[in-house]
Amino acid sequence: MATRHDTAAPPAKEGGAAPGRPPAAAADAEQLRRARLSRRWQRDKRWSPYAFVSPFFLLFVAFGLFPLLYTGWASLHQVELTSPTDMTWVGMRNYTRIFGDDFFWNAAKNTLTIGIISTVPQLMMAMGLAHILNYKLRASTFYRVAMLAPYATSIAAASLVFVLLFGRDYGMINWALHFGGIDAVDWQNDKWPSQIAVSTIVIWRWTGYNALIYLAAMQAIPQDLYESAALDGASRWKQFLHVTLPSLRPTILFTVVVSTIGASQVFGEPLLFDANKGASGGAEHQFQTLGLYLYEQGWVNQHLGRASAIAWTMFLILIVVGIVNYVISRRLRASS
Amino acid sequence: MRARTRTTRRVVVLAAVASLGAGLLAGCADDGKSSASDDSSSGSGKGQTTITLGLFGTFGFKEAGLYTEYEKLHPNIKISENVTEKNENYYPALVNHLTTNSGLMDVQAIEVGNIAEVVATLANKFEDVSKISGVDKSNWLDWKWSQATTKDGATIGLGTDVGPMALCYRKDLFQAAGLPTDREKVGALWAGDWNKFITAGEQYKKKAKAGTFFMDSPGGLLNAILSSEKEKFYDSSGKIIYKTNPAVKDAFNLTAKAAEEGLVQAQPQFAPSWNTTIAQSKFATIACPPWMLGTIKGNAKAEDAGKWDVAVAPKSGNWGGSFLGVPKSGKHVKEAEELVKWLTAPEQQAKLFKVQGNFPSAPSTYTLPEVTGAKNEMTGDSPIGTVFSEAAKSAPVQVIGPKDQIIQQGLNDNGVILVTKGKSAAEAWDTATKTIDNNLDK
Repeated sequence: MATRHDTAAPPAKEGGAAPGRPPAAAADAEQLRRARLSRRWQRDKRWSPYAFVSPFFLLFVAFGLFPLLYTGWASLHQVELTSPTDMTWVGMRNYTRIFGDDFFWNAAKNTLTIGIISTVPQLMMAMGLAHILNYKLRASTFYRVAMLAPYATSIAAASLVFVLLFGRDYGMINWALHFGGIDAVDWQNDKWPSQIAVSTIVIWRWTGYNALIYLAAMQAIPQDLYESAALDGASRWKQFLHVTLPSLRPTILFTVVVSTIGASQVFGEPLLFDANKGASGGAEHQFQTLGLYLYEQGWVNQHLGRASAIAWTMFLILIVVGIVNYVISRRLRASS
Repeated sequence: MRARTRTTRRVVVLAAVASLGAGLLAGCADDGKSSASDDSSSGSGKGQTTITLGLFGTFGFKEAGLYTEYEKLHPNIKISENVTEKNENYYPALVNHLTTNSGLMDVQAIEVGNIAEVVATLANKFEDVSKISGVDKSNWLDWKWSQATTKDGATIGLGTDVGPMALCYRKDLFQAAGLPTDREKVGALWAGDWNKFITAGEQYKKKAKAGTFFMDSPGGLLNAILSSEKEKFYDSSGKIIYKTNPAVKDAFNLTAKAAEEGLVQAQPQFAPSWNTTIAQSKFATIACPPWMLGTIKGNAKAEDAGKWDVAVAPKSGNWGGSFLGVPKSGKHVKEAEELVKWLTAPEQQAKLFKVQGNFPSAPSTYTLPEVTGAKNEMTGDSPIGTVFSEAAKSAPVQVIGPKDQIIQQGLNDNGVILVTKGKSAAEAWDTATKTIDNNLDK
């Protein structure tokens, strides 16, 4: 767009410098001028786009690439936060020890299970909500905004409220369970309850966001498909199964990929879920995710080298997950 | 026309790129200096110097009016503080700033739990405050002074408050359980031995009011026992001995026993539910440094005023207290040193105690009326000043190590708390030591 603004730009000041140009030698000069301008124009056309995109890349180099490489370098050293310049070369030791590090694998397992129990119900609920919102409703805008409200809430604020809800002695959820005849659940200290509680925060926060994505995709499905399906005698449910779902396939894939990446980086919710245990993720590390473990090693225990190695291992795991996602989505696309 | 406008566009583009680039560079370059330190030049123009303090939690200097007083005494000085609520967030940032020599305030506070690590690894970043003219080592409790002093004899921070530990107890709950309520007799009940404290707890439990607990949390009990030991996690040569030190294992087992018998409630301290339980009057005792009285007051119901009392702990210990250090790379080192000296002088410590309840680390204040006459709403007419100064004077000179916090946190949060969930003491000890060893391993 910017290139089109020139017609509206004010003339540059030429302040009466050349009131009457001699018409005679004009042709030659004009040609030279044109050639020069044309060269400039070429250069402009070639290099300006780079200038326009450069801010992103400068920022990326400063805040993305450099930290990435520096982390890689630090991961080959023993280095403490208290003196980051004082590095001792240890080679691959930080990586090899990850294999025998029970805490790392415990965190990896927790990340996986929390990821599953948060992503699967989340996407299914989002689909259902989107389907309902897709009907003609009164005040539909209100519902759509309401869907997005949790997403706009800060994790910290949301987690603190959930901590109160999930309290063992004075929490509202246990209070409600008590009326159902169920004994108090120790939401923070037992393994599965704590993982479910953490997942609940994630689900609460992201369901509406995914529902809106599904809704947008549903609205792009041509109405005639439903009409002809209805003519063929398909029920609402059959229509959903055989028209809506297949049409949404690319969108579903997109949300699955995004949620998987999000799930592998879960951090704020478990960190704040038990403020006393902080980064250790519970008394028995029962809800310590990889993100938390990384934070614990780096910022609580101050072992920058170890934390860097964990960060890189997580990065590699994410790449593998990304490749798997890509392969599956290609297969699916090919088959459809 | 076209050519001309094109040139204009180029100029605009160049200007835009240049300003973006400059902005980026400036963004990086600005990091080098602390923004607050520019105030001196851009201040009110009367040659005023602004001294900045980096603090955490509530130090109470401002609340006690000390800044205003100092500014009145020194018209050319302005004081501004920058407070981080939690030390868990404040300390990593401080370490980061110290190692990069950037973003530091003129004065930085250091918590007692971190002082050993700062002394061991970052002492060269701080001015030696013992060299400030007029600073007299004998103003402070010996152990307070030595905590901030390196092996070479440099002192990196001046002590503010200390946390001499006593035991707060509920007179009404004790009476209901048939225990004495007079603070002398209560103290005598467990004098000299934490085992007697547990015995008292067993007695309490036999006739206790339903739903109440003898003590608030396993973490609180373990902390209280450990802080009365001379050596806990490190020996005097700086070696980590927490796993082999019988004092630590005994404290752990004693706490586990209390948890097994249901003498302590399973709440971690300072969690919202712990606060609520205080409000519900369900804890009969809480290990109590002076600042804990404020916590109790903040959580207890108004009608509980006067129902609490303070007795001496089985053995005296210390919990909490901070230091003020002057980073070498600060902009106003001289002025900051003067301020720190003044803020931590005995008179100011006494004023702070009177207003805020931060207990002085200057023993000369313990005979001042501000301290001896101190009363607290929750504990009625108990002479808390005398109880706490006794504890402060008899607390051991404890060996503290750089990773004390990590070890203690592991023992509490990954150890004794598990016993309240039905794990055996041995299992809890295994989980705790495994966690701690992993966290200590570089």
